[in-house]
Amino acid sequence: MNKESALLAYVTRLGDNALVLGQRMIELVAAYPELEEELANANFALDYIGQARMFYTCAGELEGKGRSEDDFAFLRDENEFRNLLLLEQPNGHFGDSLAKLVLFELFYFAQLQALTGCEDARVAEIAARAEKEIRYHLRHNTQWLVRLGDGTEESHRRVQESVNELWRFTGEMFEADEIDTIVEKAWGGPNLEQLRERWLADINAILINATLDKPEDGGMASGGKAGRHTEHFGYLIAEMQYLQRAHPGASW
Amino acid sequence: MSEKEWPLYEVFIRSKSGLSHRHAGSIHAADDQMALDAARDTYTRRSEGVSIWVVRSSQIVASDPAETAAFFEPAEDKIYRHPTFYDMPDGVENL
Amino acid sequence: MYTQGLDQKGAVADRQGTETPVQLEAFQARIDAEEKIEAKDWMPEAYRRTLVRQISQHAHSEIIGMQPEGNWLTRAPTLKRKAILLAKIQDEAGHGLYLYSAAETLGVSRNQMVADLLSGKAKYSSIFNYPALTWADIGAIGWLVDGAAIMNQIPLCRCSYGPYSRAMIRVCKEESFHQRQGFDILVSLCNGTEQQKAMAQDALNRWWWPSLMMFGPSDKDSKHSAQSMAWKIKRFTNDELRQKFIDVTVPQAEFLGLKVPDDELEFDEKTGHYRHGEIDWQEFHDVLAGNGPCNRQRMEKRRKAHDEGAWVREAARAYADKHAAKDAA
Repeated sequence: MNKESALLAYVTRLGDNALVLGQRMIELVAAYPELEEELANANFALDYIGQARMFYTCAGELEGKGRSEDDFAFLRDENEFRNLLLLEQPNGHFGDSLAKLVLFELFYFAQLQALTGCEDARVAEIAARAEKEIRYHLRHNTQWLVRLGDGTEESHRRVQESVNELWRFTGEMFEADEIDTIVEKAWGGPNLEQLRERWLADINAILINATLDKPEDGGMASGGKAGRHTEHFGYLIAEMQYLQRAHPGASW
Repeated sequence: MSEKEWPLYEVFIRSKSGLSHRHAGSIHAADDQMALDAARDTYTRRSEGVSIWVVRSSQIVASDPAETAAFFEPAEDKIYRHPTFYDMPDGVENL
Repeated sequence: MYTQGLDQKGAVADRQGTETPVQLEAFQARIDAEEKIEAKDWMPEAYRRTLVRQISQHAHSEIIGMQPEGNWLTRAPTLKRKAILLAKIQDEAGHGLYLYSAAETLGVSRNQMVADLLSGKAKYSSIFNYPALTWADIGAIGWLVDGAAIMNQIPLCRCSYGPYSRAMIRVCKEESFHQRQGFDILVSLCNGTEQQKAMAQDALNRWWWPSLMMFGPSDKDSKHSAQSMAWKIKRFTNDELRQKFIDVTVPQAEFLGLKVPDDELEFDEKTGHYRHGEIDWQEFHDVLAGNGPCNRQRMEKRRKAHDEGAWVREAARAYADKHAAKDAA
């Protein structure tokens, strides 16, 4: 695989992560525990949709075949999406979606920081903008995790369960495949081993603060980066793409 | 309703550097950090702010509207506090 | 909304506590002089009660209004439309917040208002009890429902109660984007395929009459407006606003190439207004009484979100209490 193809695949994966997570967050609109949290969630989802658009537009330019952000989002089949399995997991309750965000965003923030040094200027620029957004997400979300972990007995139990259930999806974030390796070596992208060490330190600190236990590492789920999804994904994509598929070629 | 509410906070926003903070409204939050986040999300989505103050509403000390007359009217007849009260003679400058 | 709440009982002044004629006259004189009444100022109990009902109903409408539009968020046909729709829905949550905040200055708590909504005691605008069945509905809601809301909200920017008027100024600044995004959706559909055009026409057919009903009962059936008008809580009558809405909107429908579903619609050269057919007031009352297509569904979703979120709200309080105690120690 040459370095250009690797970068294209990498940027598309970044778009896929942002889109899938944004879509899951959108499902929660009008279902939040408090009005102020509705506003916060909407901001986060808007950030993710915005990042998906930026990454897909960049991918379209890298590819050079005239594909638009919407072509990437609405006209690719399931196995062409290469998002992390963690992000396509269903929402569950507030603790579940929060745990998912914290587990992912600690990794994503570090990934974006590294990408601000990417040798492709467009990617570096998008990463710089996204980094600011995710910095704010982390501030909000990690503090919520602490509130739930160190809140009531019920919230502690629930969010511990959330972290336990989602833990097996965290390994995939640090599994370096050929694309990750080429982007690291040829484009100045992040080293996933280093990111894993940093992530472990970060998540440990937060879990301690939240009075939560770190789950044991069991088998880690894998396959999203290769387009092999969980059964949830088909439904997510079908719903999202419905109108474009039902009206091929129409303009909206 | 038996559930205890999150406290009410008043929100003050400085819209740009050089201006003072102005009262924008209120939000409910469980603690100070949440209050800042909520104020930011509610009142600065369209880049309306560079600085936010949040204060627990219970901490605001306000003048009593029933005492408005006694509180504010006595200032009205002390017009000598205004520079326009003073007629300066012609010919003198820089006063 | 908005105007519907003003017509309920309670707008008529009743004497409670120590409300002397001198006080009431002084209050009315302030209103007549276009002074703003602020939170702790003396006010008749009926004025306060009417405002609490009016403002909280308005807030509830914004919150419930998130649901019909939220129904098409996951299925929005482009990323740009998805983002715009989400920003609009977020604004609605924000408007609810500004309005709850304004109502709280009158001495009612957010908890109490939410409890009244969830118990069914408090009302919200009838329009949100209709279903959003196609993507074109999202366009129609923005164009017609937000259009009607704007018509009502602009005069409210000059309402006599300071906090409400300031909240309305904020809301109005944001609302015109809402209407434009709806109209923009319909422009795309009406310039699109035959199926898209049919989708737009179908949405107009279903949303036109309910939008007219948003302005509340006909003036002749609206018994309690007089006091609200005197207190400058209401600035125009229901029929005045409704007629203005029709006059402004029909040409927009013509621009889109859509037919308004009213065979009696006709422009009257002499008056400069559109004559229109009779509204089905039975439908209006049925929906207000809880028998519209989506009343139960809207309330169910709201109650579920609230109930399922109780453990979260409690956790936040518990954490804050624990740490306040620690800091104080």
